Amino acid sequence: MANNITLQVTRYRPEQDAEPTVQEYEVPLRKDWAVLDGLNYIKDHQDGTLSYRWSCRMGICGSCGMTVNGEPKLTCATFLTDYEPGPVRVEPLGNFPLIRDLVVEIGDFLRKLPKVKPWIVRGEDASVPEGEYLQTPAQMDEYMQFSMCINCMLCYAACPVYGLDPDFIGPAAIALAQRYNLDSRDKGAADRLEVLIHPDGIWGCTFVGECTRACPKDVDPAGAIQRYKLTAAMQSIKALLLPRGAR
Amino acid sequence: MSAPPAYTQYHPRWYRTPVRTLWWLRRRSYLLFILRELSSVFVAWFVVFLLLLVHAVSRGNNEYQRFLHWASNPWVLLVNVVALAFVALHAVTWFDLTPKAIVVRLRGKRVPSAWIAGSSYLAWAAVSALVTWLVLGG
Repeated sequence: MANNITLQVTRYRPEQDAEPTVQEYEVPLRKDWAVLDGLNYIKDHQDGTLSYRWSCRMGICGSCGMTVNGEPKLTCATFLTDYEPGPVRVEPLGNFPLIRDLVVEIGDFLRKLPKVKPWIVRGEDASVPEGEYLQTPAQMDEYMQFSMCINCMLCYAACPVYGLDPDFIGPAAIALAQRYNLDSRDKGAADRLEVLIHPDGIWGCTFVGECTRACPKDVDPAGAIQRYKLTAAMQSIKALLLPRGAR
Repeated sequence: MSAPPAYTQYHPRWYRTPVRTLWWLRRRSYLLFILRELSSVFVAWFVVFLLLLVHAVSRGNNEYQRFLHWASNPWVLLVNVVALAFVALHAVTWFDLTPKAIVVRLRGKRVPSAWIAGSSYLAWAAVSALVTWLVLGG
């Protein structure tokens, strides 16, 4: 194993650069070092001006998403040794405006997310003496996979539809809507319907499937979207054929 | 003392990476996506072709023969071969999608994807066999 590996890191300093440039850094190549450790080494020992987001280092917080050798990745879960002998290209997440170096502007996602009401909607809460809302393991299984989403936005970076049409509500928002739609305790499916069946909702998706491949938590947003398309189509057929009371 | 830091303005200047015209050649899945989108044109072409056929049949044998003659033109044949390839791509990608959209549980366990896609292919084969029988043997 070589002692060092080269990181080719995107730099963008809006006060001086018209567009991003690439800067090379040599960092120690250690078996247990992820790309994020390499970036932290640069920040601590070589160049304190490098900007990037990170927090937990363990694939939970979803803040260190970047493009590594062209693929959207969590840099804390992407090991340098997998890219030996290098160089490793580290770029900001695609499809988002770039603020500085590797930091992208995520306001668009944060504005879209609450539109699908990603929380349990009850209408009227049960009183405390009535106890918890119970659920069987089978009922939990229905939505468990979608609840693994950590809002890292790798799926948005991987989705060409979002790249071409930024109004598309996007894979994670739809997967999270499904996470609550499929929850037996939730009564908010009707509230989410309008946002999801909007032309910028599920029908924007053309099933490229890259969101599912990019997802570091195996959420399968593409599956969530296709399932909801079927649900929405059935709703439309019911609305067309059945009298109001029977829907 | 070192020089004072160069403060940025409150609102940073965001850089938006332009989308290249040939972005869809970057990745196999993107290329497949564009080809699948394009396949809708050929699906439409087959509908037009079928309508022309029905129109010719409705106007008697002469018109039908003229249609057959036109349809055996090399360029029409070529267009139809290309269209068939695209329609096949359209159908295969559609059937491969079905396990994503349809979740069936049997005795509490999720039915494997291959079964759902497989049953779609079986249904396709059965309908095709029926149509072939109607056209050739019935």
